[in-house]
Amino acid sequence: MSDNVVDLPIPGAKTSKADTAAEVVGKSARVKRRLTSRTATVVALVIAVLWTLPTFGLFISSFRPAGLISTTGWWTIFQNPGFTLANYQEVLFSTSQSSPQLGAYFVNSLAIAIPATLFPLVIAAMAAYAFAWIKFKWSGGLFVLIFALQIVPLQLALIPLLQMFTQFLRPGQAWVHDLIPMIPEQGYLPVWIAHTIFALPLAIFLLHNFISEIPGEVIEAARVDGASHGQVFFRIVLPLAVPALASFAIFQFLWVWNDLLVALIFSGGTQDVAPLTQRLAELTGTRGQDWQRLTAAAFVSLIVPLVVFFSLQRYFVRGLLAGSTKG
Amino acid sequence: MTTADLLGKIIQVVAALAAFSLVIGLVLFLIDKAPKRGRDYWQLAFFLLPALILLAVGLIYPAFRTSLLAFSNSSGEWVGAENFIWMFTQPAALVTLGNTVIWVVVVPILSTTIGLAYAMFIDKSRGEKYFKALVFMPMAISFVGAGIIWRFVYDYKSGDNAQIGLLNQILVWFGGEPVQWLQTSPINTFLLIVVMIWIQTGFAMVICSAAIKGVPTEQIEAAQLDGTNPWQRFTNVTLPGIRGSLVVVITTISIATLKVFDIVRTMTAGNFNTSVIANEMYTQAFRAGEQGRGAALAIVLFLLVLPIVIYNVRVLRQQREIR
Repeated sequence: MSDNVVDLPIPGAKTSKADTAAEVVGKSARVKRRLTSRTATVVALVIAVLWTLPTFGLFISSFRPAGLISTTGWWTIFQNPGFTLANYQEVLFSTSQSSPQLGAYFVNSLAIAIPATLFPLVIAAMAAYAFAWIKFKWSGGLFVLIFALQIVPLQLALIPLLQMFTQFLRPGQAWVHDLIPMIPEQGYLPVWIAHTIFALPLAIFLLHNFISEIPGEVIEAARVDGASHGQVFFRIVLPLAVPALASFAIFQFLWVWNDLLVALIFSGGTQDVAPLTQRLAELTGTRGQDWQRLTAAAFVSLIVPLVVFFSLQRYFVRGLLAGSTKG
Repeated sequence: MTTADLLGKIIQVVAALAAFSLVIGLVLFLIDKAPKRGRDYWQLAFFLLPALILLAVGLIYPAFRTSLLAFSNSSGEWVGAENFIWMFTQPAALVTLGNTVIWVVVVPILSTTIGLAYAMFIDKSRGEKYFKALVFMPMAISFVGAGIIWRFVYDYKSGDNAQIGLLNQILVWFGGEPVQWLQTSPINTFLLIVVMIWIQTGFAMVICSAAIKGVPTEQIEAAQLDGTNPWQRFTNVTLPGIRGSLVVVITTISIATLKVFDIVRTMTAGNFNTSVIANEMYTQAFRAGEQGRGAALAIVLFLLVLPIVIYNVRVLRQQREIR
C-alpha cells in the first residue's frame, strides 16, 4: 500500500507532481472503465440477440402462410408480408388424417403432468416427514440410500420396468377397458407410475431439507397435546412447507411436460396417451419439411412452460436450481 | 379426438386422483383407530412404505436386472462381456462413445464461459432482469421444442431456391454455398451441441450471477484502490470468490450433457454419425430389440455419471461446512 503515501497532503512541489500523476491515473482508469463497459454492453447485447433470435424466427414463421414459409425467410417479412392463424387452427383442430391433431395430445400432456406432479409430491412429503420427525432404527441409513438413488440414471431402470408393466399392469388395464369401454386399454397409469418413481429420490431429499427445518417445538407441542402423526402432517407440516412444495411442484410439472424419453417408452405412442413432445418428435421425423405445421405445433407445446416461466419466475428459478441434477 | 375419448381421459384423471386421496384418507383414518400398542409402527409404515416400495420395485430392482441384462444377448442367454466388447470395437458404437466425449467436454466449458461472461457484463446494469430472462428462457422449454427451433435455423434449400434457414442465409449473404448442415459429419455434432449450449447457458448464467453478487464489495473496492484493471479484479477477486458455484455449474451441466437424448432424437435420430450414449441406448433396447446392448450402454452411462455426482456432492458438502 505504498501508493497511499501520495494521498497525504505534503507541501511543496512534490504535491503537484503527485496530483498530476493521480490525475493521469484517474483519467486512464476512467477511460478504460468506460471502454470495457461499452464493449461489455455490446457483447451482452449480441448474446441476448443471438439467444432470442431462433425462437423469435420460429414464432414469426408460425403466423405466416404455408406458401411464404417454404419459399422465403422469416427475416423478409416486410418484403413478403402475410399473416394467418390457419397454421394454429390446422394443427389444433383439423380432423383430417394427415394433420397433427394436437388437441388430443395437449389434453394428454395435461392429463399426464397433473397427476404425475401430485402423486410424487404427496408420497415424497410423507416419506420426508417420517425421516425428519419419526424416530426409528435405520432412519439415517435409509435416508442416505434414497439420497444415493439420485445417482441412478433413469435409463438404468427402463427395460425391466417396461417388462414389469406389460406383465402385471396390462391385465388390470384390459379389465378396466372391458368395464368402461371409454377408457382405452392403454391408459395413463404406466406413465404416471414411472414419473412418480423417478421423481421420488430428489423429491424426498428436497422436501426433507425443508421439513426438518420446521421448529421442533411446534411439532412436539402438538404431539404432547395428543395429535397423531397424521394430524401433525396434514395440519401443521404441509401448510408450513408450501414454498418448498410449490417449488418442487413447478419443477416436476415442467419436467414431466417437457419429457420425451419416459413418454416414448411407457405411453405406447397412440393418441390415447402420448403427450405433445412425443407427437412433435414424430412430426419432425415424418414431416420434417412441413414448417407451417412444425412452427405452430412447436409453439403450442411451448406456451404452457413459457406462461409458467414468466408468471412464476421466482418459484421457477428456485425449483429449477434445486432439481437441476434430475434425470 | 371424439367427445367419448375426451370423457375417457377426464374420467381416468379424476378417478386416479380420487382413488389416490381416498386410499390415503382411509388408511389414515384406520391408523388413528388402531390399538394403542403398535400404533407408532403403523404410522411409520403409512408414511414411509409407499415411497420405499415404489423405489424398491421401480428403481432398485430394475437397476439390478439391467446389470444382469447387460451380460445377456437379445434372447436372454448369458454372453459374458460380449456387449461391452461390441461397444468398444464396433466402429459405429465407437463413434457414439467419441461423440459423447466431445459433448461432455464442449458443452460444460462453453455454456459456463458464456454464462459467466454474460452474468459479469449485465451485473448491476439497467434492465438486468430482462437481460436475464432472455437468456434463461430456453431452460423453460422442452428439448424437443428447442430441437425444432434449431432445425429451422439449420434448414437447407437446394440450388437457387431462397434459403429459409438463417444459418444458410448468412452463408449465402457472405457468398458461400448453402450446406446440408445436419447431414454433414462432423459439423452436425457441433451444431447439435450448439442447441445444448443454448439451453444450458441460462442455467450457468443464473447461478454465476447469484455467486457474483455474493462476492463482498469491500474486496472489489480494495482491489480497485490498489489500481488493478477490471480483468485483474475479475481473475484475482471475483473468480476465486465464486469457485464453488463454478464447480457446481460445470458438474451439473456435465451430468445433464451425458444424459442428453431428446435433442439428438429430434434433430437427427442419431443418424449421420451424431449418436450419443443415451440415444444409442434407446435405439438398441427399444428399436433394434438388442436389450443386452441397451443395458450395457445404460451401465456405461451410470459409470460415467457416478464420479461427477460424487465430486459434486463433496463440493456441496464442503461449501455447507464453510457456511
